Amino acid sequence: MRPELAKFKPLSIKDLPKEDWIAPGHRACQGCGTVLPLKLALKVLGPNTIAVSATGCMEIISSPFPYTSWKVPWIHVAFENAASVASGIDAAIKALKRKGKLPKKEKINIVVFAGDGATFDIGLQFVSGALERGHNFIYICLDNEAYMNTGVQRSGGTPKFAHTTTSPAGKVIHGNITWKKNLDGIVIAHNIPYFATASPAFYMDYMNKVKKASLVEGPAFIHVYSPCPTGWGSKSEDTILISRLVVETRLFPLFEVIDGKYYILNRKVDKPKPVEEYLKLQRRYRHLTKEEIELIQQKANEEYERLVKLCEVFAPPKEGTKEETKET
Amino acid sequence: MPKDQGLMSWKELAPGMYILEPGNSAKFKTGDWRSHRPVLDKEKCIKCGQCYLLCPEPAYEPNEEGYYICNLYYCKGCGICAAICPKGAITMVLEEA
Repeated sequence: MRPELAKFKPLSIKDLPKEDWIAPGHRACQGCGTVLPLKLALKVLGPNTIAVSATGCMEIISSPFPYTSWKVPWIHVAFENAASVASGIDAAIKALKRKGKLPKKEKINIVVFAGDGATFDIGLQFVSGALERGHNFIYICLDNEAYMNTGVQRSGGTPKFAHTTTSPAGKVIHGNITWKKNLDGIVIAHNIPYFATASPAFYMDYMNKVKKASLVEGPAFIHVYSPCPTGWGSKSEDTILISRLVVETRLFPLFEVIDGKYYILNRKVDKPKPVEEYLKLQRRYRHLTKEEIELIQQKANEEYERLVKLCEVFAPPKEGTKEETKET
Repeated sequence: MPKDQGLMSWKELAPGMYILEPGNSAKFKTGDWRSHRPVLDKEKCIKCGQCYLLCPEPAYEPNEEGYYICNLYYCKGCGICAAICPKGAITMVLEEA
């Protein structure tokens, strides 16, 4: 286990800082589940942070000219290269520290906020490059499972049978025909120091993961599930309920991987709720037949059981402190 | 509560189109998107702060008594706070014109 994570003490709700580093008045939709993880991440990271955005909802809602919602330094370049921009910032900070223009011990967090389009499809090569080079940054993938910014087009992150405008549900083809890309597997295969999945409903768990990601030396990747009421056709007040149900139905298990070899399951789901409970809250799944729901259920159980086995076989060594997830 | 500035004219912009003030979207009113307004029942409130943490705007702010009060200048009326409140202290009330 890494020394910086072995000594880690989880934050409690009482130690959270009061300030928010994103200002109100941004133009996210009502009940947006994507700006919520962004807000919580910045709350943990604090003012000594440089934020990088890929093109996507979080870029356009926070910066319509002449307004900006960011209270921390923020840079946006293009759709695909958020990870490369973060690498450049990391290299610049290293150079400035070497030349003595920045104090050597000053801790500057570099955080990337990118959507699923910018991570699963368009920026995959750049993410891979940055992870391989081992730059010290945090990559937060806000996964809302389609290109919501441009009007709900299918992305690599779209789950099977979901209706989007480019994979419409008709009489013959019922929504998206491919399964969701296994991005977690791709990222873990880079053997990066820290990988985690999170959901905004378990907010303390998520904030502790962001804190851990900022502590490790080297790249850290957090895959955050973020509901989109507009694109999914769900009620705006159900955002938190949906992000809770997705974990409790085993569709999006919460786990951490350290150095690509130690698997930790944060939330064991022994009695899963039926996936139907999760699917019926969203209009994008309203065309599903019984067999299709059964297929989704089967796939969720298979993936979850595979993960549980991995967590048993590749458990972290005992002498390190065992991370406990706070019940929210 | 800041004064609603609406849209700025080009005469107010800084030279070079720079944005000089961080977080100046706080001047922009998003409260007029709302159709329902959250109303807090202070007797039921246990000051847990979940509404404050899980509000996608940061529209909730703690007051001097420790209650979390929704700033209606920004609240878009999504209803997350009412849905997650463990004591049911927040109800959504229809906004009257």
